[in-house]
Amino acid sequence: MNPVPAVKTLVIDGTDVSASSDQTILDAAQENGISIPTLCHLDGLTEVGACRMCLVELKGSTKLQPACVTLVEEGMEVTTQTPRLQKYRRMVLELLFAERNHVCSVCVANNMCGLQDQAKSHGVTHVRFPYRSPALPVDVSHERFALDHNRCILCTRCVRVCNEIEGAHTWDLLGRGVNSLLISDLHEPWGESDTCTSCGKCVQVCPTGALFDKSKVGGKERKNPDFLSYLNDMREGLR
Amino acid sequence: MSKTITIDPVTRIEGHAKITLQLDNEGEVAEAYFHVTQFRGFEKICVGRPFYEMPYLMERICGICPVSHLLASAKACDALLAMKVPPSAGKLRRILNLAQLIQSHALSFFYLSSPDFLIGMDADPKERNLFGVMRKHPELGRGGIRMRQFGQQVIETLAGKRIHPGWVVPGGVNEPLSVEKRDKLLAQIPEVIAIAQKALAWFKIEFEKFREEIRTFANFPSLFMGLVTPDDRAGYYEGKLRFTDSHGNIVADKLEAANYPEYLGEAVEPFTFMKFPYYKPLGYPEGMYRVGPLARINLVENCGTPLAQQEWIEFRALERGAVLSSFHYHYARLIEILFALEHMEEYLLDPIITKSHARYSASLNNLEGVGCCEAPRGTLIHHYRVDEQGLITWANLVIATGHNNLAMNRGILQAARHFVRSERLTEGMLNRVEAVIRAFDPCLSCSTHAYGQMPLQIRLVAPDGKLLDAICRESFSEKHV
Repeated sequence: MNPVPAVKTLVIDGTDVSASSDQTILDAAQENGISIPTLCHLDGLTEVGACRMCLVELKGSTKLQPACVTLVEEGMEVTTQTPRLQKYRRMVLELLFAERNHVCSVCVANNMCGLQDQAKSHGVTHVRFPYRSPALPVDVSHERFALDHNRCILCTRCVRVCNEIEGAHTWDLLGRGVNSLLISDLHEPWGESDTCTSCGKCVQVCPTGALFDKSKVGGKERKNPDFLSYLNDMREGLR
Repeated sequence: MSKTITIDPVTRIEGHAKITLQLDNEGEVAEAYFHVTQFRGFEKICVGRPFYEMPYLMERICGICPVSHLLASAKACDALLAMKVPPSAGKLRRILNLAQLIQSHALSFFYLSSPDFLIGMDADPKERNLFGVMRKHPELGRGGIRMRQFGQQVIETLAGKRIHPGWVVPGGVNEPLSVEKRDKLLAQIPEVIAIAQKALAWFKIEFEKFREEIRTFANFPSLFMGLVTPDDRAGYYEGKLRFTDSHGNIVADKLEAANYPEYLGEAVEPFTFMKFPYYKPLGYPEGMYRVGPLARINLVENCGTPLAQQEWIEFRALERGAVLSSFHYHYARLIEILFALEHMEEYLLDPIITKSHARYSASLNNLEGVGCCEAPRGTLIHHYRVDEQGLITWANLVIATGHNNLAMNRGILQAARHFVRSERLTEGMLNRVEAVIRAFDPCLSCSTHAYGQMPLQIRLVAPDGKLLDAICRESFSEKHV
């Protein structure tokens, strides 16, 4: 008999909630209709805690914790919306904008972009940090898809979906920190990749216009990342 | 002692500019310079981007005529794909272009220029604006606003939004026009035609008061250039280029826009960011030509729609050959609005317009492509080169306002010599010099370009050749040297 995960009770934004011990604060919040902003999280993929948008405050701790990778604990008191959190979330967004060239006027994901949506809902009207304006290439070597490094926020959703769901592991990150770069295979043009199956899952899960379908340019590119939970359920025999 | 008069900024135009007038010892205007002081840089920005992004990147050049850039760019991309667009898409694009023409002409005539006609060239600048027009002639003011609204609504109905829309894509348009939307647009046209006719009737009486301006506002012989369709009508979206002279004779005809470097040169002067295109066979600066409403009406012998045709005949009767005064750009603009409305109605009544197949697809077939259409201000050319994967390696834009640059500079000199006397300088005189530029309706934000590291320098030279003063503009800050 499998051990049944223990039920924990905790407080999120003043609401008493219960969750099983293998759930994260983000899971518990979402189950109870409490919204926490995310960028790198996607239902159906493992968590990496990369973007820091889901930072929350825990009572008794001065450190902010990412809700997506912090497991619930008995008696935990979580606050998801405070001026301090707002300040840091805005800063995260501003740093993302300053890091690369997010010029939405030519972005295929304009008005359908996770980064733009978050910026709007957090009232980011200005970026107080100097833009790095890096000279980054656009890889259009793939027959159907393209990669624009200028729009990439290094959330690694594409890396994870390719590895965990498609099983191809075409994508990975090169370098560290601000110099990280999404690469296919051993840093070859995407069109020359031996492992890419052209399934397009990476395009669907990309929250910005970094990965896109060439034929959809100029249209409203509607990405549909919701397929992941179905695929996972099918794999686990739940559907 | 010679003096310099500077008009800075020039008002009621699209963009930023200033004018320098150089006076001689007698206080007469010796030289006039039209400085476009803003910088565009789009030819460089777009390098490295995929070509299919170009329509959306390039339309950001301008908030007044984004549709013109969208169309010229999409046509250049069609050329890269080596494809034609579906017939319905072609007509939808044409309607979009006409809507753009209507809204932009309405802006130029009613918002920017009608205050000069109605309130007066010498009136207090505080009163000489659209609000003054609304007070003095509310029907005219309201009509102008309604007309611009209509043009913008057509753009919004077709393309989703009024400024910087998507919709036009290499290979066609993204979404066909529904019958409901078509009917909604058709229902509005008679009302707007009535507004255009009233404005024309009013202006035809009004312009008689401006004989001095008509005589001196860039009124000189020049070539005219524009797109002409195979059936000899002004081509706004399609056709081949024609040059005519001041007598109305055809100088060159059926020129492929794609071959423009063969017959159009682009000169550069140190005092402005705007290029000086010229007709190569005549050389620089003799190859001066004009584009835009006046040119388009001068180029053809037939307008093509019933109401506009009547107006066209009346207009061409003003002079024996081509109509030469740039003051008549205003008049030509009103006729074009009427033509655009009638023409739009024709297209909307064509059953093909609501066909559902509005986009073809293809992959990259050419490494170089040119797109050309008539923007409200004149012929617009986009020229791109791409690498084998479709990334832009080089771009050149020849903008409507740029074509008129030589004529504008000469027109300013002509008007300044006539109106400006250094011993009695009045607001009205300066306004007339500005109004010459306004007649061309230049769009300066569109028309500037990058040419190396170009500090903007103004030199004041005495008749004996001695340098009296120089102003050097570096990194957008001005300093005297």
